[in-house]
Amino acid sequence: MLLLNHLWIILVLPLAGAAINGLLGKNWPKVIVNWVAISSVSLAFLAVLELVREFSHLADSQIPYGGNYFNWITAGNFRIDFALQVDQLTVIMLLTVSFVGMLIHIYSTGYMAHEGGYYRFFSYLNLFMFFMMTLVMAANLIVMFVGWEGVGLCSYLLVGFWFLKQSAISAGKKAFITTRIGDFGFTVGILLAFWTFSSVDFGAMFRQAATMTPDTMSHAGVLTAIAILLFLGAIGKSAQLPLYVWLPDAMEGPTPVSALIHAATMVTAGVYMVARMNPVFSRAPIAMLLVGIVGALTAFYAATIGICQTDIKKVLAYSTISQLGYMFLGCGVGAYAAGIFHLMTHAFFKGLLFLAAGSVIHAMGGEQDMFKMGGLRKQIPVTYWSMLAATLAIAGIPGFAGFFSKDEILDAAGSGPHANIWLWLLGIIGAGITSFYMFRLIFLTFFGSPRYDEHKTHVHESPKNMTIPLMILAFLSIFGGWVAAPHLVGGPNHFEEFLHPVFAAYAPTAGVEQGASLAGSAGKSGGVAPSGGMELLHSLTGPPVIVAVIGLLLAWWLYIKRPDAPAQLAKKMHGLYTLVYNKYYVDEIYAALIVRPLLWISTNVLWHVVDEGIIEGIVNGSAHVARGSGSKLRELQSGNARSYASWVVIGAVGVTMLLLGILGMVH
Amino acid sequence: MSVVPVSYYLVLSGILFGLGVVAFVFKRNIITIFMAIELMLNAVNLAFVAFARAHNQLDGLVFVFFVIVVAAAEAAVGLAIVIVIMHNRETLNVERVNLLKF
Repeated sequence: MLLLNHLWIILVLPLAGAAINGLLGKNWPKVIVNWVAISSVSLAFLAVLELVREFSHLADSQIPYGGNYFNWITAGNFRIDFALQVDQLTVIMLLTVSFVGMLIHIYSTGYMAHEGGYYRFFSYLNLFMFFMMTLVMAANLIVMFVGWEGVGLCSYLLVGFWFLKQSAISAGKKAFITTRIGDFGFTVGILLAFWTFSSVDFGAMFRQAATMTPDTMSHAGVLTAIAILLFLGAIGKSAQLPLYVWLPDAMEGPTPVSALIHAATMVTAGVYMVARMNPVFSRAPIAMLLVGIVGALTAFYAATIGICQTDIKKVLAYSTISQLGYMFLGCGVGAYAAGIFHLMTHAFFKGLLFLAAGSVIHAMGGEQDMFKMGGLRKQIPVTYWSMLAATLAIAGIPGFAGFFSKDEILDAAGSGPHANIWLWLLGIIGAGITSFYMFRLIFLTFFGSPRYDEHKTHVHESPKNMTIPLMILAFLSIFGGWVAAPHLVGGPNHFEEFLHPVFAAYAPTAGVEQGASLAGSAGKSGGVAPSGGMELLHSLTGPPVIVAVIGLLLAWWLYIKRPDAPAQLAKKMHGLYTLVYNKYYVDEIYAALIVRPLLWISTNVLWHVVDEGIIEGIVNGSAHVARGSGSKLRELQSGNARSYASWVVIGAVGVTMLLLGILGMVH
Repeated sequence: MSVVPVSYYLVLSGILFGLGVVAFVFKRNIITIFMAIELMLNAVNLAFVAFARAHNQLDGLVFVFFVIVVAAAEAAVGLAIVIVIMHNRETLNVERVNLLKF
């Protein structure tokens, strides 16, 4: 019970790594910096493993198991403790974050080997681990918000890591400011939650929410408002429509950062938050529908942009946005467990895709344009095979991790208690497009003939410390979904059963009879109750698999069979192609509608009128008055003794008159 | 022998003081201004002495001694300044001695 009673140890380890490297590491050789950074996250991962072992001995009634470390804020009846807790959801997140984080740390030692600011990079990366684990272990909204903002800060620092590059600086600022818009909603949501529940503690909030019924107008209203406001934060943090624009730009950061922060962990914080707040969301049907709609639309929309991107990392960025949309779609139709399941498998295969892309970029000496690659599969076989595994996983090819999780989300969207045929349809089409653009990436990068100058570019496989994390993640991308596999043949779904207490504890009983979290299994094993074999057949031939295979074949046909076809197709559908190629001009529209008006108002009103006119007017005006009166008054001091004498006489006469006047009044 | 009423002394003191003020303001020569100050001091001394006599008290006389002492000190310092000014500027016209200003 050592770690359960001292949860802070898990947080202190990466924080110590960040502090040591950040404060002292500047002049250390890279070996020591590596050693500090890797050992701090590895110890954190081991601590998480030990925590899980201890956790498995806990009785159900003891979960969530919390620890209260110190009283942080007290103001009247507003009281915030620095409190951490562990339950099944936290365990899943901790395992995912610490394990993927550790692998990416190891990978970074190879990828960043030739970069300056080495200690700074690892210090930020460790700091990120600290904040991310704070986020998932928090026992109240405020501590969660600390982690939430902390990961945002680390994201900013790491996107702008190459701070001499203008585009990297802008991308960092864009990421920070865009998420800030969502965070505004998040903050207001926290305030509203406190106002409603008189507490921001998860347990206390949920107990009260459980007594509220969605049938009462005022209850439904306030719960819906809280849910939507919190979801705004998730939209910003998890790059959903309409605030997704920062994520593609965030690819300016080093590739391991894209893998860790902008694919595997930080961007999924929004999904985690929605799942954590499930008692509130489950009682706010309108907010749930909104979550589902935003998720499905984003999943589809971002996938379409992915088709036309040429930068290998940009494809993956849009793919991440799209996959995050699937997670929200899962949460939106009540299948929180499926959403979290996809979050976990996505951390494996998307983390791997980014790391493999980094390995490709490394091999190509910095080239990111897929049209300048081609035929790399012989030169960098490890990268090729692991990337292929991840691609099969994300495309939803049966047997790979993404298949299980995506299938469950789409299943819940199609036949769960909150099923919505339109959302399901968007998800299915998006899945087909996902398969298409991912295989397009594979075919362009690894197949065909080289489109680069073979004499100039010396293609080489990455060093061991980069390829071993690739292999481990490839293993997980293939087998990571199998925890839910028995479900396919009619058996139990271990993953959902494990998470069940989190989502069932405060699940609304009226209206939604089935525990929202059991949506998937309830929808499947209830009803007609098909036999195991039928179930398996049904899954393997279901629409998600069919569209995935269609996507694969289409990509194969366009980029292997008829390599000249894509250009012709683009010419034929010139308008559409240009529109999608330019990402629907959303950045331009935002610039025209928001950025430029804001800049205009700031310049012409706030700067030239308010600042220069009013504020400077007051400050300079008072100085002007002082100087003006001073320049008049100084003429009194003429240097002429006779005029002084006159003043003395006048003063003496004045004082005398005054005294006489006062005396006269007294008598 | 009739006693001269105190008001006579006060009027004389006022006249002397007024003359001192007028000379102090209108004269240009530093020495003259200096003498005007002495005149004013002595006008005040006269008033003190007159009141001391009229009320038959010593307080006024004590003040007079003080004034005389201060006036002596003032004369010593003042004349030293006058000599230095004369030395440096070769004039005793106060209108020409006007550099001490903003």
